[in-house]
Amino acid sequence: MSTSMTLGTAAPGRGRRRPRYGQYVLELVMIAVAVVFLFPVYALITLAMKDPRQISESPLSLPSPPTFGNFGDAWSSASLGPALVNSTVITAVSLLLLIVLGSTGAYYLARCARGLGYGLYILFLLGIVLPFQLGMIPLYKLVDDLGWLGTYQGMVLFYTGIQLPFTVFLYTGFIRALPPDYAQAALIDGCNHRQAFTRVVFPLLRPITGTVIILNAVFIWNDFFTPLLYLGGSDKETVPVGIFAFVGQYVSDYGLVFAGLVLAALPILIVFVLLQRYVIKGFAGGLKG
Amino acid sequence: MTSTSEKTVPGAADTAGDGPKAGRGRPVRHRDHTVPPWLFVVPALVVYGIVVLYPSLAGVVYAFTDWSGIGGFSFTGTENFRTLLDDGRALESVGNTLLLTIAVVVVQNGIGLLLALGVHTNIKSRAVLRLIFFAPAVVSPVMIAILWKYVYNPENGAGLNSLLGAVGLGGLRQDWLGDPSLALWSVAAMVVWQYAGYSMVVFLAGLQGVPVELHEAARIDGAGSLQRFRYVTWPLLAPALTINLMLSTIGGLKLFDQVYAATNGGPGTSSETLSTVLYKEAFVYGKFGYSTAVALVLALFVAAVSLVQLRYLRAREVTA
Repeated sequence: MSTSMTLGTAAPGRGRRRPRYGQYVLELVMIAVAVVFLFPVYALITLAMKDPRQISESPLSLPSPPTFGNFGDAWSSASLGPALVNSTVITAVSLLLLIVLGSTGAYYLARCARGLGYGLYILFLLGIVLPFQLGMIPLYKLVDDLGWLGTYQGMVLFYTGIQLPFTVFLYTGFIRALPPDYAQAALIDGCNHRQAFTRVVFPLLRPITGTVIILNAVFIWNDFFTPLLYLGGSDKETVPVGIFAFVGQYVSDYGLVFAGLVLAALPILIVFVLLQRYVIKGFAGGLKG
Repeated sequence: MTSTSEKTVPGAADTAGDGPKAGRGRPVRHRDHTVPPWLFVVPALVVYGIVVLYPSLAGVVYAFTDWSGIGGFSFTGTENFRTLLDDGRALESVGNTLLLTIAVVVVQNGIGLLLALGVHTNIKSRAVLRLIFFAPAVVSPVMIAILWKYVYNPENGAGLNSLLGAVGLGGLRQDWLGDPSLALWSVAAMVVWQYAGYSMVVFLAGLQGVPVELHEAARIDGAGSLQRFRYVTWPLLAPALTINLMLSTIGGLKLFDQVYAATNGGPGTSSETLSTVLYKEAFVYGKFGYSTAVALVLALFVAAVSLVQLRYLRAREVTA
């Protein structure tokens, strides 16, 4: 597929064309679509800046004057501080384990593509198709028996295991396209396999490691169902679980609820805007396999 | 065990002769030395075994028992599956799951493709538009559902009905989540709103791989823009379409968070899906055996649909 890009000298073709009326019409249509698309976001942000009286008297208009008290109240009543810490710890440790286990496992699977290596690769791919609900209850019992409900390690174990198939799949595809000569040179120079991997191969995996981080981080950070089961009611609740409980409690106080939603969505949206190029590339490219 | 690959394996002997005479070529014997020991895969395999393989196998076994989560259980053969066939709510959930999936797959990818075509032009706002349309996909589905639950509520002043009223479409006002004949479609629309930008991004990556020369050649040959889309762009978008259809189908079949947060299957059982039913059977009614039977049905759906799609869609892919 990449061969098509080498043919491309896109610049002359594009530059030759003069802007036409059609283009302005298209621009206006697209902006109109975006405005309609953003209506729920408009409601979210404006209601978060209104007091109850403004919400009942002028719900659709811009907040005048905007109030910011909702944000402080929501921050403390939704315990967003602790929830952010919990989400960050669980996401970061799971990512670290996924990178270590995924890259080393894939290194073996990519370099030993016959016999045992091939069989294990297929076994890992099976995990991408299996819905996690099939093993949900036995796993819940297992985590319960370990005494790991309501703990970080229970969630970290879950995310590392459930996301390993996809992570192994991404890494294996990337390593297969990588010439084995680098590691070979390191081995000839006297490295053992572990050293050849950590010093030579792993640094070469940086692009796919970026994709692995982005896709897994978005999934883990936003996941709701399993943390609800494992952490619900404990002091280790993640952001989505905490927000869900908070909304259930203050259901009719929309200004407060929406301020909580804004604050809860903000961290990942900020990271997204800062890293948008990588995030979009990761989502579009990582899935190509 | 193939840990023998560390040494010279028999299979390498026939090609090992290439080594000396090929000179710069990659000698196969050396390549075998680069195969890392199988210990590299052990940690991943152990965690994968504990979290996915063992519980899934156990799940298949429990599907044939009357396990209640506490104490022992006995094997009941296919009774859970026969119960499922008589269980109106479970059967309705199978239908709902399929309808929801089809609606999401068709509309999300249709809109995603139109957005991609609109953004893959020279319009000035394309970077901002791409950002706006994709942004909901990185936010937690539960939080999106909480927001839309408000938007759908007819009693709320800044909801969808108020917007319709404000632009003169008051006749379209509905009780979006409260009307049993609408609830499922309202959930579908919410999912489409969140993920249409995701489909757009995958289609955009596909569009960027379509060579400009092909378009120029087709234009010179007198093809209009619709014809160029039909005969140049569309065939080359096949890989992107494969990815999008697979992702949205599997996502649609497994959909839980949004349904749980927006309707919890209601009103009545009108928006119940396989994943909400299996959740309730397990954690509300304590019927763990029956719940894993429902999960097994879901697993078979997902596996069958992904295999069929992959086979059919891969076959129609072409390269530029």
